[in-house]
Amino acid sequence: MDAKSYQPIVDQIAPKRPVLRNCFAAFFVGGIFCAIGQIFSYLYMYFFNFTERTASNPTVATMVFIAMLLTGFGLYKKIGQFAGAGSAVPVTGFGNAVISAAIEHKSEGWVLGVGSNMFKLAGSVIVYGVFSAFVVALIKTILVKMGVIAW
Amino acid sequence: MVNQSRMLEFSTKPAIVSTAIAAGPLEKQSVFHSYFDIIYEDERINQDTNEKGHAQFIEDTCTLAVRKAGLQKSDIDVLLSGDLINQMTPTNFAARELAIPFMGMFSACATSVSSLITASVMIESNLMEHVLFGSSSQHNAVERQFRYPIEYGAQKPPFGQWTVTAAGFGVLSHAQEDRPYVKSATIGKVIDCECTDPLDMGSAMAPAAFDTIQSHLQENKDEASYDLVITGDLGKTGFAILKELMKKSGVDSYPVKLFRDAGAEFYGNKSEFKSGASGAGCSASVFYGPIYGDILSKKLKKVLFVATGALLSPLSFQQGETIPCIAHAVEIWID
Repeated sequence: MDAKSYQPIVDQIAPKRPVLRNCFAAFFVGGIFCAIGQIFSYLYMYFFNFTERTASNPTVATMVFIAMLLTGFGLYKKIGQFAGAGSAVPVTGFGNAVISAAIEHKSEGWVLGVGSNMFKLAGSVIVYGVFSAFVVALIKTILVKMGVIAW
Repeated sequence: MVNQSRMLEFSTKPAIVSTAIAAGPLEKQSVFHSYFDIIYEDERINQDTNEKGHAQFIEDTCTLAVRKAGLQKSDIDVLLSGDLINQMTPTNFAARELAIPFMGMFSACATSVSSLITASVMIESNLMEHVLFGSSSQHNAVERQFRYPIEYGAQKPPFGQWTVTAAGFGVLSHAQEDRPYVKSATIGKVIDCECTDPLDMGSAMAPAAFDTIQSHLQENKDEASYDLVITGDLGKTGFAILKELMKKSGVDSYPVKLFRDAGAEFYGNKSEFKSGASGAGCSASVFYGPIYGDILSKKLKKVLFVATGALLSPLSFQQGETIPCIAHAVEIWID
């Protein structure tokens, strides 16, 4: 049997990922996560001395903290199975990636295990996140200097 | 090549005199759970790490298989076994505790059968008297190595499979009355149909299973009908593809009463396990547990075990390699 004639058989028989269902689940669950984040954001602005701009830091920390608890209690993977990208893309997904790797590699010790493996999954988010932020900032700086747009 | 045939025939009837099966806590949900000798309450078998737990249940299962055969560890000539963890440390460490002469074997999830084939050759050659064979897998240890950390919230696709925590071991000796014996075997070729999705093992392994089954049945098509041909861990997806391949090629017209797949049946129809079970412990625990039991009670008299293995590593698929697969078959009879 050759690969060319085999792949059509796989495509025909293997069940497809339910893309539409996954999209809706991701949309709603991701939306719920963001709504919860927005509530925290308002709480920080209302009860503490934060502005709309500065409230994002404690909000992200709070959301990651909640994700940490859910991961530790084994609930985040259940949400993940239902929601897919809905729970992976928000910052809670980043928290889950970091914390699940930290838990997993505790058996190899604090330095070579937790320390060096904690960002195994989330590391690429940081690398490409920082790099793309730099590129965007560079473009905006140039445009501002040229007088095309204002800050 | 002797006789220009891929099939090995064992004329001395090497007999599987005993088997022992161990399984983890989740495997209590298996439809086969009543055939498991040991079911642990803790996934890590009360050890500090998954890998230590893995080694512990290999050791426990081997010890039980030897005891059920009415032998001592010192009677065993060699232990042939493997698992899925890098360098097979769980099996190596279990062999250290067992202190039996040992050779590690790796055919991924097909080790359950490759170890039995090798054991049969050793018994047939009369160089050895009792060989301990089998394979095992531990869910957490395998998942973290091949996929993601256990608590990572990744979505399993509908064709995904669940690695079992289970071990199946047996003792092979010279012919004994009323014990199932190894009639013949076919050693698989590595088949690669250019599947690349490491979550879709069933689709990758089905062509390997098909190749081995076709080759083995071809040589026996004029013989008496098989009561059962059972594959190891194709899962629901891979098994459906295998059936399609057999229909297209006419292999399903060979004299076989029933085709089954251990992985597809392992957890019943529970949707959280998606396509079904997988792992070196899946085929070993089902072949040497319930199916061995049915042969022993003569409900089944002529059975072909076909264990399938995906020969990938996390490195190989990250480097964009396709997934080569293998399937080994062994024919078990009882008089």
